[in-house]
Order: sequence, then C-alpha cells, then structure tokens
Amino acid sequence: MDLVLIAHLIILVFLVCAALAAVISKDLLESVIIYGAYSFTIAITYSILRAVDVAMTEAAVGAGISSILFVAALSRTKRRED
Amino acid sequence: MIGFLRILLSRIDYVVTVILFCIGFYALVVKSNLIKKIIGMNIVETSVYLFLIASADIRLGAATKFWAHPNEVLNAAEAAHAAAGELAMVNPIPSALILTAIVVSVSVTAISLSLAVKIYENYGTLDTRKIMRLKG
Repeated sequence: MDLVLIAHLIILVFLVCAALAAVISKDLLESVIIYGAYSFTIAITYSILRAVDVAMTEAAVGAGISSILFVAALSRTKRRED
Repeated sequence: MIGFLRILLSRIDYVVTVILFCIGFYALVVKSNLIKKIIGMNIVETSVYLFLIASADIRLGAATKFWAHPNEVLNAAEAAHAAAGELAMVNPIPSALILTAIVVSVSVTAISLSLAVKIYENYGTLDTRKIMRLKG
C-alpha cells in the first residue's frame, strides 16, 4: 500500500459520493455545482492514471464550459426540480 | 478471499467505472427532469472515459487490463523495465481518442441544454411526465 494508491482510493470514494449527490439532490443549481466538483475529481483520477492531457482537457472543458452551460440553461428555466 | 480482494483492488478503476455507469444510467432512466437527465448522460460519458483511460495505464510493467493477472508481465521489455524499477509506457491511443470524445460530449451537452430551454419556453415545464400529458 503506497501513498498514491491510498490517495487514489480516497478520490474514487469521493467520486462515487459526488455522482450520487449530483443525481439525488432536489435543487438543480446545487446538482450542477456538485457536478463541477465531480468533473474536477475525475480530472485528478485521469492524472493519477497518467493521462495528463486528458486531465487538463477535462478540467478546462468538462468542469469549466459544461458548468457555465448548465448555469446559463438554469437561469432561463426553473431552479427547483418537482 | 484475500486473493480476490487483491485482484479487486488492482482493478478498482473498473469497479468504480461500473458504479458510475449505473448511477448515470439511473438518472437517465428514472429521473423525470430534463436537466437531471443531461447530468446523468454526462456521468455515463465520464465513466466510459475512465474505463478507457484505466485500460491504457500500465504500472511497473504489469498491465492493469481487466483480463490480465496483476502480477503478469506482458513481454520481456516490460519485464526488464520492471526489474530496473522503471515505469513502463502508457498506451497513448486511448488518451488521444478521449480528447476528441470530451469535446464532442460538450457539444452534445450544449445542444441538449438548448433543446431543454426551448422546451421550457414552449411548454413551461421541464418535467417529462407533464410534457407527455400535454396535448397538441
């Protein structure tokens, strides 16, 4: 058990929790923000798996532009899910 | 049992891939809100990327491919690398393909969200069950 493996396991547990929270949450803005955190966490996972180019693209595009698109769509629609 | 746990731990990325795929597919099928469905679609996409990236990673000469034994060494060159304590090469093809797939997934997300906004402007709701009940 080296330190990288322990960090990897913690990050994977956080990844699953973030995905669950993004799906379960009733507030859509909260869900989108948790999805941004999920995107950054999976970017860290890619860099641990030594695909650094994919990690940088995911952090810039997945977490940045996707979150902006989601928030822009939410500002034109309803925030609550019902 | 210990051997099974060791094999499971060496393939933990694939386990997480399956869990993330199930969570995203649940959101895609069960949730009735359109924005929530798009978030689920994004989670499914990232789980597939995680699967491909994990299959490209080769640690200490032993492939973490899901069909190989954790201590199995692929060929003599990687065995020499592992004996010298060096890291073996990472397969570059999946990361090059996934770079393209991430950009495609963002454009798919953008057009889905624009369609959801148009649906909200026309029908006044994002709930698919209410939209199905509307007539005309």
